[in-house]
Amino acid sequence: MAMPKKFLTFTQGWISTAGSKSRPHPGPNTMIHKTRILAFKIVLWVAALAPAAWLIAGAFLGWLGANPIEKVTHVTGMTTLISLLVTLSITPLRRLTGWSGAIRLRRPLGLFAFFYALIHFNTWFVFDQVFNWRWMVEDIIERPFITVGFSAFVILIPLALTSTKGWMRRLGTRWAKLHRGIYFAATLGVVHFYWLAKSKADVRLPLLLAFCLSVLLVYRVLGWLETRRRTIARSHRRNIN
Amino acid sequence: MIIRSKKISDIPSSEITPPEIYLGRRRFIRDAGLGLATLAVGGTTLTNELAGQSQEIPARFRNLKSELGEGLNSYRDITTYNNFYEFGTDKRDPSRNSSEFEPQPWTVSIEGHVNKPGNYNLDDILAPVTMQDRVYRLRCVEAWSMVIPWYGFPLAELIKRVEPTGNAKFVRFETVHRPEQMPYQKTGVLPWPYVEGLRMDEAMHPLTTLVTGVYGTELPNQNGAPLRLIVPWKYGFKGIKSIVKIEFVERMPTNTWKMANSFEYGFYSNVNPEVSHPRWSQARERRLPSLFKSHETLMFNGYAEEVSHLYSGMDLHRWK
Repeated sequence: MAMPKKFLTFTQGWISTAGSKSRPHPGPNTMIHKTRILAFKIVLWVAALAPAAWLIAGAFLGWLGANPIEKVTHVTGMTTLISLLVTLSITPLRRLTGWSGAIRLRRPLGLFAFFYALIHFNTWFVFDQVFNWRWMVEDIIERPFITVGFSAFVILIPLALTSTKGWMRRLGTRWAKLHRGIYFAATLGVVHFYWLAKSKADVRLPLLLAFCLSVLLVYRVLGWLETRRRTIARSHRRNIN
Repeated sequence: MIIRSKKISDIPSSEITPPEIYLGRRRFIRDAGLGLATLAVGGTTLTNELAGQSQEIPARFRNLKSELGEGLNSYRDITTYNNFYEFGTDKRDPSRNSSEFEPQPWTVSIEGHVNKPGNYNLDDILAPVTMQDRVYRLRCVEAWSMVIPWYGFPLAELIKRVEPTGNAKFVRFETVHRPEQMPYQKTGVLPWPYVEGLRMDEAMHPLTTLVTGVYGTELPNQNGAPLRLIVPWKYGFKGIKSIVKIEFVERMPTNTWKMANSFEYGFYSNVNPEVSHPRWSQARERRLPSLFKSHETLMFNGYAEEVSHLYSGMDLHRWK
């Protein structure tokens, strides 16, 4: 199925969903592109699975310490945030390097972020709330720290569910709009982490993440402003003609 | 095997000990007796791999339980899972980063409204006291807990010796400041040195203990060597470590965590299942090594009978 022209123009801007398939001339570099993507994908999978592997091995070999649940919670939370930030840096990376293949890494990265968020949430639900729905709801309602973290997780659910090519097609332009939810999820996630760190007095790490996130968000805002400027300029030209 | 031998003063302890202490001590003797009754020949060797130390655990701790029948946490867990921010903010940091710390020789400066101020050698502080095993629950404000056999003596014994005057309403404690041996004191994570405080009646309470050991062996650096405080009905952070200063003051001192975040932490910090931390409920705790946070937290950490009278008439929701 051919993509509507309008959709392509829109997405090739700042939140492209177009893979290399839709590019008109793959050119003689296709092999290099494919190898490069494969290499990056291998690195990505190894890096993304490393924290989970470390936790599983630690659970069996006992290096998670006296409070393994705390360790699992911290590591999965941290990995979620880092994965989200790396996911968000794909588009800027693609624009800055001109390497369009980078976009192929975005979906797996986003799904890994969700994978860790899912473990993070379930660790809390199973081991901290002990399957008790009432305690869980109470916590979500009464404690902003939990409210914020839980909201971030909820936002990620539809994004993970609609990450397939089929859903991308079905939703059309709405897909891109929906997936802007990642900006909110990442922001709430960093706030959640900052709150946690504040009670423990050491906010250096969340501040570093907040800085990275704001660079990534400012990049988007500048992009939107630029697109808007061009659109207005174009419509001006059209009006003059 | 390092065990500080008991030091018994010339004066029988019964003459300087108020009756409440006997209640506490009876509890201790009962518990220790329980341990001795099932005593096996020889000690158990536990290895503290991270600190590269091997500690022999005296046999009296085998099958020793708290007065509520709770089993003890392992020496390994007690000495490798610590909050001691001077050595780092991760629970593993203190056991990894404290090997350079020198707990000997040690002096404690006693200051303020007392008749006998001065720099006291730790050995002189310990000379007349009777060391005891005290099995206490340690409830961290982070909602995990352990059962720990401390080795120490009532703070009240020291306080009586230095003779506080009528102006002494609070006791203010300070941790040593040695950035060259305590790497995180070079950071601004907390305002250093660490400060804690107790109201005079809390400090005099027979459960309040100055600790020099755990499992009958010398206190490891990561647990606050050579001298730390344990106030079992309060959250763990009240138990200031590596104490170098004890000051008797008239006004309520500002403790470090209250200074760092007064919205979340207060001066009293009594274990209270009804007063939540802003980020989590304090009604339940994770009794390590359990994975589940399903252990019900008791009022005053299970010491309500002994201490609730200290706070009668006080709104504990307000006086966090």
